[in-house]
Amino acid sequence: MEAASISHNNFEQCIKCTICTVYCPVLKVNPAFPGPKHGGPDHERLRLKNPEFYDEALKYCLNCKRCEVACPSNVKIGDIIQSARIKHQKKPGKIRDFLLAHTDFMGTMATSFAPLINPVLGLGISKAALDGVLSIDRHRAFPKYTGQKFETWMKKQAETQSRYPEQVSYFHGCYVNYNNPQLGKDLVKIFNALGIGVQMLKNEKCCGVPLISNGYIGKAQKNGKSNLKAIRESVMDKNIPIVASSSSCTFTLRDEYPHLLDIDNTEVREHIEYATRYIYRLFSNPDRIKKLKFTDRKLNVVYHVPCHMKKMGWEIYTIELLKLIPNIKLTTFDSNCCGIAGTYGFKKENYKASQEIGKPLFDMIERSGADYVVSDCETCKWQIDMSTSQTCHHPLSFLAQILTN
Amino acid sequence: MTHQHFSPYDVIIIGGGATGAGIARDCSLRGLSVLVVERSDIATGATGRNHGLLHSGARYAVTDRESAVECIQENNILKNIASHCVEKTEGLFLSLPEDDLSYQSKFVQSCRDAGISAEIIDPGEALLMEPAANKEIIGAVKVPDGSIDPFRLTLSNSIDAQTHGGKLLTYHEVTDLIINQHTVIGVKAYDFKTKETKYLYANIVVNAAGIWGQHISTYADIKINMFPAKGSLLIFGHRINRFVLNRCRKPADADILVPGDTICLIGTTSIHVPYNEIDNMYVTPDEVDKLIHEGEKLSPILAHTRILRAYAGVRPLVAADDDPTGRNISRGIVLLDHQKRDGLSGYITITGGKLMTYRLMAEMATDLICKKLNIDAICVTATTKLPGSNEKTKEVSTKMYTVPASIRESAIYRHGEMAQDIPNATSISNSLVCECEEVSAGEVHYAKENLNVNNLTDLRRRTRVGMGTCQGALCACRAVGLINQLKKEKNSAQSKEDLSQFLNERWKGIYPISWGDSLRESEYTSWVYESVCGLNSPENTQAI
Repeated sequence: MEAASISHNNFEQCIKCTICTVYCPVLKVNPAFPGPKHGGPDHERLRLKNPEFYDEALKYCLNCKRCEVACPSNVKIGDIIQSARIKHQKKPGKIRDFLLAHTDFMGTMATSFAPLINPVLGLGISKAALDGVLSIDRHRAFPKYTGQKFETWMKKQAETQSRYPEQVSYFHGCYVNYNNPQLGKDLVKIFNALGIGVQMLKNEKCCGVPLISNGYIGKAQKNGKSNLKAIRESVMDKNIPIVASSSSCTFTLRDEYPHLLDIDNTEVREHIEYATRYIYRLFSNPDRIKKLKFTDRKLNVVYHVPCHMKKMGWEIYTIELLKLIPNIKLTTFDSNCCGIAGTYGFKKENYKASQEIGKPLFDMIERSGADYVVSDCETCKWQIDMSTSQTCHHPLSFLAQILTN
Repeated sequence: MTHQHFSPYDVIIIGGGATGAGIARDCSLRGLSVLVVERSDIATGATGRNHGLLHSGARYAVTDRESAVECIQENNILKNIASHCVEKTEGLFLSLPEDDLSYQSKFVQSCRDAGISAEIIDPGEALLMEPAANKEIIGAVKVPDGSIDPFRLTLSNSIDAQTHGGKLLTYHEVTDLIINQHTVIGVKAYDFKTKETKYLYANIVVNAAGIWGQHISTYADIKINMFPAKGSLLIFGHRINRFVLNRCRKPADADILVPGDTICLIGTTSIHVPYNEIDNMYVTPDEVDKLIHEGEKLSPILAHTRILRAYAGVRPLVAADDDPTGRNISRGIVLLDHQKRDGLSGYITITGGKLMTYRLMAEMATDLICKKLNIDAICVTATTKLPGSNEKTKEVSTKMYTVPASIRESAIYRHGEMAQDIPNATSISNSLVCECEEVSAGEVHYAKENLNVNNLTDLRRRTRVGMGTCQGALCACRAVGLINQLKKEKNSAQSKEDLSQFLNERWKGIYPISWGDSLRESEYTSWVYESVCGLNSPENTQAI
């Protein structure tokens, strides 16, 4: 009887050790946030008693999942908080949240008028208008929109790519498609150098991460189901694995789908890979490494671990991949959230907290004197580009730059 | 020894349970001067050791019509006068495939005959209303059950009695009745704090000591046959059910699952115990197994929910007065006028009954007291709201909008409109002492200053400090420190003793169910207090 009577409720595994509270980046700068332990397992009991106990301050959660990484009892603290927000948070109503959440809609609109939109978004008066009307903080630099979508470029590559005997399906994400097609091109370049062709998924949709954090769960689920269908088609029918270049997209497809959106991805989950991990694991075959020829220049590189990489435990792959470069001096920073957390830092009410959270990282970057700052996450890049004198590079773009073949 | 030569009280009540506090309130509202003498803290006996079920009476409808009628009447009264102690969850009586469905129609008819609304619900609909219920159910009946917090109820009665001039002595044990020419004229009471014996005088002494009343009456050579029946219960870490869940069958063991405050609990067992063991109640492994096994039939999820603790209480059942064998048990209210029964005036006993009927028992006892004192005053307790239940919670919440939501709602849930008296102006007073149950430093301060708190365990009964999942791991040291700060004479040695006692008392409840996460949590607690803080180290124990 006793052995059987073990709780299936994950939040009950919390023994109140409070370690997560120490690792929460928000709690350090915002005392109004109840913190992971308190807003998570503690409040969950109260919410089960009566939903009126829901604390609106949970909106300050970054969903960085550092609490989950810290938890010795394997409590899904971040998921508990996100689920509570999904269930109880006042429904989103702001136009701003809609615009920030729907990255694909915004992207489609903006890429059509990119030459017009980019300079306009950069104008002081536009920033003041965004700040005043939409509460998007005036300090934020909007990522530039591209004039040609990555998908458009890729379609032209389809035939060339199909010639490679080995294939991967690339989940490029909204950022590569609408803002930074170059990163996608860099990925294609590297995979091609390794002898692998890159194809697109059939009808890729936004992974849903900005929709989840802004409360558009129905839309996120719809996207998720559509993506899962495409992923299944690639993995199950064609036996082609999925590779993504965004750490947050990867994390969402693998973990947030089953945990928050109730989408069962068990059959394909292990075939959804982050690019550096996929590449590094190819190198178990030593002949593969020889295919990449790097510059022998001396390089001083610092690497920032994004929260969702930390959560997946996959920063080791990016680090080990970078260490294969000859004459590299690689410094990995003490783990510290950059503070932007996707669309979170764009919101005027979060701007101050966002910058305070990131400050230790910005200081480390400034002190490092590095030639290159490397990080896997696009929103970390926006934050670092805006808040430091350095430009942040995706590991694939960095590799592509120093590739000599 | 101190002789108290003040003018005597009208009434001395022995026992600070719901009944004692209820009599004190009733008497003081009728203008009598009262003193309650309690050997421990309020609500420490059977009052604080039951389901906390606001019976509709449905459970007794088939077997005990009289109790059922009393229950539904008191149920309606308590929902009105004690709204801050009550949650109107409603209850479902579930029939499982192994139960006889013909019992359901008999049950519904009996309920209606007793004036209890009983509505047959389609099993499918019942499962939508109560997703935690066993999916196998073949029948369901909805009745106006609810939950009631016995600590709050007793406290609120005691507060009202004190507001109307009543006095309360906790940690005073009655060691003798003072008798003069066949009349009880007072009690001798031993004060555990000052270690003095006090002589306290009154025109009427009321024995409201529940199961312990048998012993009290021996001081007057009066025989009352109590029939101690142990009932054990399990507390779960959170609420799994919305409704009170009962089995629709003849009442048996472990067939009530009650949602109360942040938790829910399953009970009870019923085992006759010898009278000399009533101060030493423990829960056996067999009882734990039985409670889980039977409980999961009501709600299968219960078998996979963390158990916080187990506890047992003694039902104050009375052997019928004219039956010396003690076999003929009455579950009803027993009011004994010892002048008529034993030729001893100035002394009455009120016992039997249930938590649900505490107010009615108080009314009956006070009526008799008034008759004996020739006082013509009517009972108003059925219509006069208790302190805390006078304002609507939503309105109180609006007035307290500056306080963080979870702290505010928890405080109002516990104290009703009295929550407004809790200090909340500073971030210190809004900082949390107990994180599981949202008890702020302000609430500890309020309880210490206003609610007769002597130690950590008293504080727990008034605020739920240490009643959450961590069972005191984080809050006990914070709370004991605050209590010590608020004392006129600070005494850290005493605080350490208090802390040890509190944690040991928590462990007593955890021990019978110490496996899985609850065991991990207690390991963590003992690691913090013993290994890190050295609570049991030689220098600390010497100081005590």
